[in-house]
Amino acid sequence: MLKRTPLFDEHKKLSGKMVDFGGWELPVQYSGLTLEHDAVRNACGIFDVSHMGELRVKGPGAVEFVNHVTTNDASVLAVFQAQYSAFCNPEGGIIDDLVVYRLGEQEFLLVVNAANIDKDFSHLSTSLALFPGTKPVLTNESDETAQIAIQGPRAASILQELTPVNLQEMKTYWCAPGLVCGENALIARTGYTGEDGFEIYTGRESSKKIWNSLLQVGSPFGLLPCGLGARDTLRLEMKYALYGHELTETTNPLETGLGWITKLGKTGGFIGKEAIARVKAAGQTRCLAGVLSIGRGIPRQGYEVWDETRSRIIGHITSGTQSPSLKRAIGIALIDKIHERSGTRVTVKIRDDFHEFEVCKTPFLEKKKEN
Amino acid sequence: MNYPENLKYTKDHEWAELVAENRVRVGITDHAQSSLGDIVYLELPKTGRELKPHETFGVVESIKAVSDLLSPLGGKVVEVNAALASDPGRINTNAHGEWMVVIESDTAKSQFQALLDASAYSSFVKTL
Repeated sequence: MLKRTPLFDEHKKLSGKMVDFGGWELPVQYSGLTLEHDAVRNACGIFDVSHMGELRVKGPGAVEFVNHVTTNDASVLAVFQAQYSAFCNPEGGIIDDLVVYRLGEQEFLLVVNAANIDKDFSHLSTSLALFPGTKPVLTNESDETAQIAIQGPRAASILQELTPVNLQEMKTYWCAPGLVCGENALIARTGYTGEDGFEIYTGRESSKKIWNSLLQVGSPFGLLPCGLGARDTLRLEMKYALYGHELTETTNPLETGLGWITKLGKTGGFIGKEAIARVKAAGQTRCLAGVLSIGRGIPRQGYEVWDETRSRIIGHITSGTQSPSLKRAIGIALIDKIHERSGTRVTVKIRDDFHEFEVCKTPFLEKKKEN
Repeated sequence: MNYPENLKYTKDHEWAELVAENRVRVGITDHAQSSLGDIVYLELPKTGRELKPHETFGVVESIKAVSDLLSPLGGKVVEVNAALASDPGRINTNAHGEWMVVIESDTAKSQFQALLDASAYSSFVKTL
């Protein structure tokens, strides 16, 4: 039996095309992937991301424990500030990537991938039992929590009509508790699309009212409900990593471009630090590169990447699609680092044929200037 | 969805149209294009290729998915719609009109007649 979010009935009403996504019955699209993708780039889109997991760490020892299990430095966060981070195993492999929200001096909300909720909770529970310091309380609030993402250049104007929280004052990667449609929520200026936008965390019961109000208020602004299909093309154009594709337990944060959230020098260290430090000292051999099609073939996860002369395999595609914004095939590839320079020609084996690609600068889509 | 009576269908979601005693045009059904979503890539065989029934003769890709094209009948590929391959999005708007290949066989007519008719295919799609 597939799991359903509290917004399942709303997706059916909107004729969402439901698919099995890691055990969850979620809409892959409503009106059409390209329309939804373009709505987010040019106007606004909303996504039901209630399948995501929410773990809370609270009480004395919370800062030290979160810092012990994550690669980034949570101690530098101000209250209501957020950061991207990762859980690693002792071998330096990535257990999951997450967003850490600091909600109090000793309180954090960790937002993790749906498919990893049980694995993450079990990893954190084990780590907590072994944690030598003061032990905070760890709770899994995933089942009680709904999450709606509103993304796009018009997201702030739309959401502002439904909340007294001053959104103009909220910076990117900050959050604030407040009312949305009169319901208690946490509003965060975060997202996974490359556009300005917010993620709204709220209770299951409140989510329907917020979802439907956003649809109603947003419709004159060009807001569309968006499915997982558009979520994937939007994140791919930005080269944002997706767990199970770019990030796995056998890839480390350095080779997957997450060096910037891996704070080897932070006080107290973290699980996986020694292994990652060894990789750093030895020099990383692989990297994640963006590849752009010269012809028409579309790269997909698992396809082999060969060098220009097709003499040897240099890696594989971790994600790929036809970019709706660029109208060209794009991919993310985990390849030998010597091929990482932009402009390097490589070939991708698509079924029985080799197709020409070039390593390119990323994000694939240039960021628009901030308003 | 509306499935034209003059076409025959397969459970692999291809349609066939008898255009001569020994020739059949082949495309994918409206159900197939709708399941795939925005179609962005079409890979077709070279003319002259011999196909067995159900053999893969090409690939259609949407932004999200990759799907094999399976031949509704055995025979030789005698025409390929190259114009469609360069603008495959047309399949989304006119699946039953946009043919991909023409297959020639001495037994084309009898192979064609053995396929599902519109109402049988339509009932089959409802069970999915």
